[in-house]
Formats: sequence, C-alpha cells, structure tokens
Amino acid sequence: MSDWSQAASARPAEDRGADELAVPLETITGNRGLQIEEKLIFEQGSRGRCGVDLADPLPFRPRLGGLERQGPIGLPGLSEPQVIRHFTRLSQKNYAIDSGLYPLGSCTMKHNPRLNEKLARLPGFADIHPLQPASTIPGALALIDTLAHWLKTLTGLPAIALSPGAGAHGELCGIMSIRAALEARGERRSRVLVPESAHGTNPATAAACGYNVDSVPGNPQGRVDLGTLKTKLDTDVAALMLTNPNTCGLFENEILEIAAAVHTAGAFFYCDGANFNAIVGRVRPADLGIDCMHLNLHKTFSTPHGGGGPGSGPVALAASLAPYAPLPWLVHGPDGLELVEHKKGKAQQAIGRLKGFHGQMGMFVRALAYMMSHGADGVRQVAEDAVLNANYLRVRLESDLSLSFPGPCMHEVLFDDRFLKETGITTLDFAKALIDEGYHPMTMYFPLVVHGALLIEPTETESKASLDQFAGVLKALVAKARLGDEARFHAAPRWTPRRRLDETAAARKPVLRWNPEPMDQQAEK
Amino acid sequence: MRYLPLTDRDRGEMLEAIGVDSIDALFADVPPAARLDGLVDLPRAMGEIEVERAISGMAARNVAAGSVPFFIGGGAYRHHIPAAVDHLIQRGEFLTSYTPYQPEVSQGTLQYLFEFQTQVALLTAMAVANASLYDGATACAEAVMMANRLTRRRKAVLSGGLHPHYREVCETYARFVGFELAALDPAPGGAEDLGKRVGRDTSCVVVQNPDFFGEIRDYSDLARNCHDVGALLVVVVTEVLSLGAIIPPGEMGADIVAAEGQSLGNALNFGGPHLGLFASRDKFVRQMPGRLAGQTVDADGRRGWVLTLSTREQHIRREKATSNICTNSGLCALAFTIHLALLGDAGLTRLAHLNHAAAVALAERLECIRGVRLVNRAFFNEFTLRLPRPAAAVVETLAEEGVLAGIPVSRFYPNRPELEDVLVVAATEMVTAEDMDRLEMELREALS
Amino acid sequence: MSGLRFTRDHEWVRLDGDLAVVGITDYAQSQLGDVVYVELPEIGQRVEKGKEAAVVESVKAASEVYAPLAGEVVEVNKTLTANPAKVNADPIGEGWFLKLRPDNPTEFEGLMDEEAYRRFVEEQR
Repeated sequence: MSDWSQAASARPAEDRGADELAVPLETITGNRGLQIEEKLIFEQGSRGRCGVDLADPLPFRPRLGGLERQGPIGLPGLSEPQVIRHFTRLSQKNYAIDSGLYPLGSCTMKHNPRLNEKLARLPGFADIHPLQPASTIPGALALIDTLAHWLKTLTGLPAIALSPGAGAHGELCGIMSIRAALEARGERRSRVLVPESAHGTNPATAAACGYNVDSVPGNPQGRVDLGTLKTKLDTDVAALMLTNPNTCGLFENEILEIAAAVHTAGAFFYCDGANFNAIVGRVRPADLGIDCMHLNLHKTFSTPHGGGGPGSGPVALAASLAPYAPLPWLVHGPDGLELVEHKKGKAQQAIGRLKGFHGQMGMFVRALAYMMSHGADGVRQVAEDAVLNANYLRVRLESDLSLSFPGPCMHEVLFDDRFLKETGITTLDFAKALIDEGYHPMTMYFPLVVHGALLIEPTETESKASLDQFAGVLKALVAKARLGDEARFHAAPRWTPRRRLDETAAARKPVLRWNPEPMDQQAEK
Repeated sequence: MRYLPLTDRDRGEMLEAIGVDSIDALFADVPPAARLDGLVDLPRAMGEIEVERAISGMAARNVAAGSVPFFIGGGAYRHHIPAAVDHLIQRGEFLTSYTPYQPEVSQGTLQYLFEFQTQVALLTAMAVANASLYDGATACAEAVMMANRLTRRRKAVLSGGLHPHYREVCETYARFVGFELAALDPAPGGAEDLGKRVGRDTSCVVVQNPDFFGEIRDYSDLARNCHDVGALLVVVVTEVLSLGAIIPPGEMGADIVAAEGQSLGNALNFGGPHLGLFASRDKFVRQMPGRLAGQTVDADGRRGWVLTLSTREQHIRREKATSNICTNSGLCALAFTIHLALLGDAGLTRLAHLNHAAAVALAERLECIRGVRLVNRAFFNEFTLRLPRPAAAVVETLAEEGVLAGIPVSRFYPNRPELEDVLVVAATEMVTAEDMDRLEMELREALS
Repeated sequence: MSGLRFTRDHEWVRLDGDLAVVGITDYAQSQLGDVVYVELPEIGQRVEKGKEAAVVESVKAASEVYAPLAGEVVEVNKTLTANPAKVNADPIGEGWFLKLRPDNPTEFEGLMDEEAYRRFVEEQR
C-alpha cells in the first residue's frame, strides 16, 4: 500500500482538508489495483500471430479476376489469452446496469434479464438466415407474430411495423408513413409541431423528411401549452410529435384535447414512445388518440443497451396509417404466416423498405421473453413500480435539489440547477462528483426547457434500499456544495480510470483512428 | 416477480413517504376514459421454465443453418465465430452499459470503438470510419445522403449489381428526404457502363464489390470518371470478409464506403441485429453520420477517448443534424472487433482464402452439371448460376430434401422473367466436402 | 471600439473601407464555450441580412452566424480553420469570420451601437 492510503485510513474523511485532494502517489505501472492500463490492440499485436486456428486451404486456382489484395492490411493478431485479457480489462473500465443504479432519464436503464440472452442464442433463432425458404423458418415467423400481437395489445393499435432498427429509425418510419398517408389524400402539408422539450431525434427526423419544424412551448406546469398548440394547428400541419409522459417526466394531462385538436386540423398524432415504461399495461396509447407510436425495445422491453446499441424501434400504427407501413409485412396467409416483401396486394401503398431483411430478430426474441416473463399483470406492476420509485426519489430529494415542476411525476423526475446557485458548482461538476461516489450520473442538460437539467429515472428494477442509498448520497453532495466544498466538485472525478477528458482538443484536432508511428512501420514486433 | 425487487411492504412504506393512499393517485393525470382498470388481454406472468418452453418451442420449428448443407448468402453470411467472442460480449460491463456519454466511466467502450474504427479504416483502406450504423442497407442510404450534402447535388446513380434491399432502402429515403435515384437494371454477367451515366448533376455513383451476383470488378476508372465531374464514388461491401482477399475500395478511389460487418463476430440472427460499417475520406468527416470515438488526454495527461464531433448529431443540432441517428450497433461492433483482433492479418487472409477455395471448388463442380452455367468471370465466396429451369422451384425442392441451396433471385425481382432461372450460391469456410456432395447430388436430381 | 455595431444574434460588424467585417461577440463566445470548428462561406457567395452566413461549433453547441447586412462575401478568415480558438481569445479582433461588400452600407447605421448592445446583453443575463 502506498503511504497516502495508509494515512487516509487512519484519519476520518471530515478531517481531511482541501490540500489532501492532491493526486495520490502514482504506482509504477500507472495501474491502480484492479484498474489496469491497457494499450490498443495495434500496440500489442503481431502480424503473424493468430488467435484462431484455421486449416490451410487445399490448392486451388484463384478466380478473383486478378484483383487480389496486395500488401498487408495492418491488422494486429493476438492469441486468445491476449484477447480475453485485453477485452476483460477494457470491460472493467465501464460502468453498467450490472454494476449499479443508472439513473439516466428517458433511457430506462432497467435490468437486462439473462434468460433473454439464453433464448436469443438458441440455434433456431441465431443460426437461421433471413432468406431461408419460409417452410424452414415457421418458428421465426411465429415468434415475430407473437411479439407483434403483444405490442399491438399493449398499445391498443391495430398494426405494427417491426423493421426499424432503433427509436430514431422508428420515428423516421412514423413520419414517412404520415407523409405517405397525406399524399394519398392528395394533401401537401409542410410543418410538423414538436414541443420545446422534445428529444433531438424528433426535430431531426421531421426535418429529414422535408418538414419545417415548428416548436411548441411548454406551460408553467411543464406540459404542452394547449392554447398555443391550437393556434399553431392549421391545415399546413402534418403531425404533432409528442412524447408522453414528456421529457420532464410529466403526463400530458390534456392529451385527449390535444389529440382532438390535432385530428380536427386533419393532422396525425405521433407519439415518441421512449417513456412508455411509465404507463405500459395501465394505459393504451390508442386510447389517448395516438395514431402512431414507436417503441424502444431496448428501453421499455429490457433488451440490452450494449454500450450504445443495437436497439429496435417497432412502430405501432392506427388503421389510417397501416397501409403505408414499411416492408416486409408479416401477414396471415392461406397457408399460414408469410412475409410480404413487395408492394403488391394489400401492401401496394407500403412506403418501401427501411432496412435490410426483416428487423432486429435478436431483439424480438429478447423482448418477447421479457414480456412473457412479466405477463399482463407483471407489465402493469412494472409501470407502477417505475412511477413509485421516481416519486419516492422526488419526495426524498425535493428539499435538497430544485424540483422543476411541483407535484407528482411519472417514471422520471426533473430537477434543475437552482440549488447550485452561488456555489460556483455547475450541474456538470455535480455529476462528476457523483461519479466518484460510484454512480453513473443522471441525464444532464436535457430537456433544454430548464437550466442545468438533472433528469432522474430509477426504473422499477431498483430496490428501495438502492434508492435510499442513492438519495442519501445526493443529499450529502448537496450539503457539501452548500458548504463551499468546491474543490471536491471541480476536481471530480478523481477515482475513475480517467479523469475529465479534454473534449475541446478531441474536437479541434480529431484523432479518430490509430496510426503507426513512422518508425514502427519498419519494426515488426 | 423475479425482476422486481420491491416488496409489498416497500411499496406501502414508499406510498406513505410520498403521502398518497395508493399508486392510482400517482396516475391521476391520466384521463379517466383512458385508464385501464383491469389487465390487458395477454397471458399472465410466466416463470423461466414456461417462458423457455414456449420460446424454444418456436426455435425448434426452424431449420438451423448449421444442421443442413447450407449455401445462402445475399448480404448475410454464415461464418465460424470463435467461442471467445460471445463470452466477452456477454460481460455485464459491455452488455449492460450505455452509450459512452460519460467518458470517465466508459473508457472500455470508447477504446474498443476506437479500435473498431481503426480496423474498419484499415480493412477498407479509407482514412476514417465511424462507430457503426444499424446495417449495410441503411449505411448505403446514409452514404448517398452524405454525398448529396457534400456535392450539393440531388441525383445518385445506383449500379444494377447493388443488393436489392440496399436499393430499396435508398428508394424509400429518396422519396421522403427528397432526392433522385437512377437505378440500373440488374444484369448478372453483363457489363454496365456507369461512366456514361455520370454527369455534372450526379452526386454519387453507388457500386457494390463483390456485387449482388458475386462479381468482382476494378472501379478505379469509374472513380476517375466521377471525380472528373465532381461526383463521388460510393462502394458498398456486403461481405466484409472479401476485404481479406480483394483490393479494398480505398485503393480504387472510393470516397465513401458503406458496408455490412455481420460476417465478423456476428451470427445470422435471421437478419438482425447486423452491423453497418461506414468510412470516408478525412476531409469529409464532419459530414459523416453516426458516432465517432476520438482520442484525447485527461486532466492527468493520460491518453483516453471521448465521443467527438457530436455537434453534427441530433442531440445538439436537432433540425440541422447530419442524420437523425442516435443508437449504433455497439455490441455487434464489439463482436467484430474481438473477432478481428483474434484473426489479425494472417488469420483474416487465411479465412478469406478458405472461403474463396470453397467457392471455387463448388463452382467447378456445379458448372459440370448439364444445363447449369456459371455466370461470373470472378467471384469471392458467392457466385451466380443460370439453371435450366426456374430457380425458386429448385430451391424449394432442395429445401424439402434438407439442402439450403442458395437464393433464387426471383425472390427479389418477381417481375423480371429474365431472372427466373438465376440462383446465387455462397460457400464459406463452414461448408464441408460432404455438404458439397449433397448439394451437387440434389441439384442434379432436381434438374434431371 | 466605437466603430462597431451589433445584432440581436450577437454578431458584431465594423466598416473597413467599402467592406464590412463580421464576427461574433465576446458574450457569444463565452456562451458557446471552446470553439472547435468554424464553417466559413465561399468567396463570392451572396448572403442575406439575418440569414446564415457561417456556422460556429463548440463542443456542446453549433450555432449559425447570421449576416448583419446583405452582400457578397469577399474574404474569409482562413486562419480560423487551423486555429478556431482565436474566436474565444480575440472575438472582436483576430477572431473575425468574414468580410463582405454590403449591398446597402447605410443599413449599418440601423444596427445597435455598443451601448445599446451592452444593455441588451444585460437583459439576457
């Protein structure tokens, strides 16, 4: 043990002053116990080495048209032990749901059940090709059909497009379907309304489809301002894109009036389903007047986030939009389930394909396993526990942090940075100090409608003890902030594999790949 | 309920702390008309045993590719995945982590993404690559849109050898995003004169190499033709393993590469999740869609990585974003990175040669069958045959005999009778001599 | 520098002979944070008053720079490509973005002067 650590354990934390926040004595390797520095594979590999034993091909006459690749590619080879160690060390630098609470608002970081992983890997799902004859994959079609049935029942909508690859892709699918429906009516509308509090994918999607984005402000209660909405709703509006519950964690209580106004104007009501976890099994979007809603299987339905993907974003559709759903369609034909892959028959008006093949089957298996595990009673409990957990945190924290909108929230609770006023500490600093305490920070600086937002979504898979511990840490940090313990926050994080990184330098002079040093190109390891 | 930690006692205590009588009070904002008092009409919760029984029952009804002689390609390929790959990607810190927005606690993800970007750049011989997109088809559409932005033109030319799904996705985006496509007809074994179709209003030409019919070509001349008129060359690669054996797009003058990475590290998965690869010239990087991991230093001067150039993306630029993309194919990219780390140059080259050798052996055998004609001049691990009768029926017959023979092109082009007899056959390192015997035998039988 | 005029979008402009020099204000650069990239218009490009002329990117935001006056772009500050930090360090001086030949130089007088801009910024805070 280094001298510093011995001294630290001898004296209580409160006695240590600001001068002791200096970086402790470094180790020889730069490693810190289980946190091990790990070079890039390119800095360790060897061109001749290979971690996969492959037979030599029997002699053959190549038929590559004289277009053989010449020269080395530059990919290093590592043996299996080296690869296992490399990626194991990398994994140990990551925070994950498996490590602890991940309170990211609107991300729904719930537990990822391992049964899902087991079932997705069954050869009957993992080792089947999308272009196999239908007679050889009836079980795959049955699984997709079952998933579709569950999602349609939970949303109350009669049709579902399963191919979009993730939420943003689902939004694209929805807006494209809406535009196709309007064009089929002979109408050209040029605007899409989006609340100020919306996630960035919403306006990006609308703009990508050629729409002008018109922002709708919120009212003092954090909901869409119905009056302003109504003045903006005219025959030039194609759709309203709403998230419900919204990104402030609040249920749009005037949603029926909103839906009515949207429909009266001849527009479509699109719902971003990122926050479905708050209401699944208790409310059906169709009953709220929603025409079109994407679901995030990697949020509400527990498929793993995998460090950023893959996701799956199926889109539930009202009857008015169903004819425009993208290909392929899975239909009940005379001989059973069949994939319709071309614009013919009932699918004549389909908008076409949005993705190769049939959709994220691997995520379908996982999501269905999750839904079956919970059942109708379980999903309802999920929504209730998600809302309960968020409100519990709200009441535990509202006297320490500044609650942006008074009153109950749904599955996530929004605070802003007023509580940090005059402390010299920003939301960012606060979040970095939270990292040192062993937590991934909540969503920060989103939504944009409040200053220095902190959006906390615990999800239903957190125990009460976990929430109590989290609340306790936040309260303690707020106390430190108020006491003027600035150094703790500005120096944070100090205990992580890397401290704050220079994002400015990364953006000014982007280095997006490894390149060999000119000298090393000669020297082979 | 095994995934829900709260007990009824917890719930009671928490409701009391909140100051409400029941959970219903927290749903008070839901309009009464929309409240579901009872349960939705779906089965109730099931234990692991029952869920496993129900879902594996569905899996059991499918013919797994590994259980029969298997020759299907067409943009998704059956390859060996080393056992280490699946174990590593299931580590909880990889499987259950989020997008690396807090870099201090995501260096694992950011480092492998940086390694992945480097691997993709090296494979394609391009300057820079992103941290993956959903799949090859959407990557292709994104490439066209990027070319449109860069050239400020709205017309793209698509080779007839482009995978039909990729073309269809481009068509959907073209219609709604607002640009034009000139898609040439598929012509297996024929020659396209793409150079003639490029004009000063062309944003890009999109070719696939090897193409949908397996043909390999040198596109260096086409690249020059494009550049002469200020257009870009987009090269699509659906079988990334081919880059272990043939000249990469970057050496042919490609400006953007859109590819499918599923062949490395990732199972067939019935078509998803797969792995979109995307690479371009350095000077175009700010117009590149998707995430990018960039190198930097931390407060202690240590090398580390962050997501960078994010201002192009939806969460900042909103309406003006380069793309609306948020999620990537993270875990699939990790599997790719691990597999390729195990292979290295030596392994990748050997694996590519095993694939090509298998395809050459198979092609030589099948073209000996009376009435069967090999269309390709060159091919990697997939080639095209013309049969003496409609391919769809032949494939169906062979499937009944337990052989998955390949893809009848009519599945993609039902309205082109001239393609009725065309069969695309793939052979990877997983094909055995016995498999080839079975295919040859069954095919002879079906055609006699 | 009393020769400066300002817009409500936090651009500054000063006359230099028959040209107008345009950049973003100190307030704007402080709000943006470290500038990482600047997208400048083409020489010869026409810009309209109040419409996008350039884009300035920081790590956390990307912002349009609007032309305070309509005219033709005759020069751009190429040094910002290699050194975008100049926008933060010297926004009114070396951090200038572009020079244009205004269609209507008298429009210059209609813009906020230094005092009016200072009051405007106070209201924002």
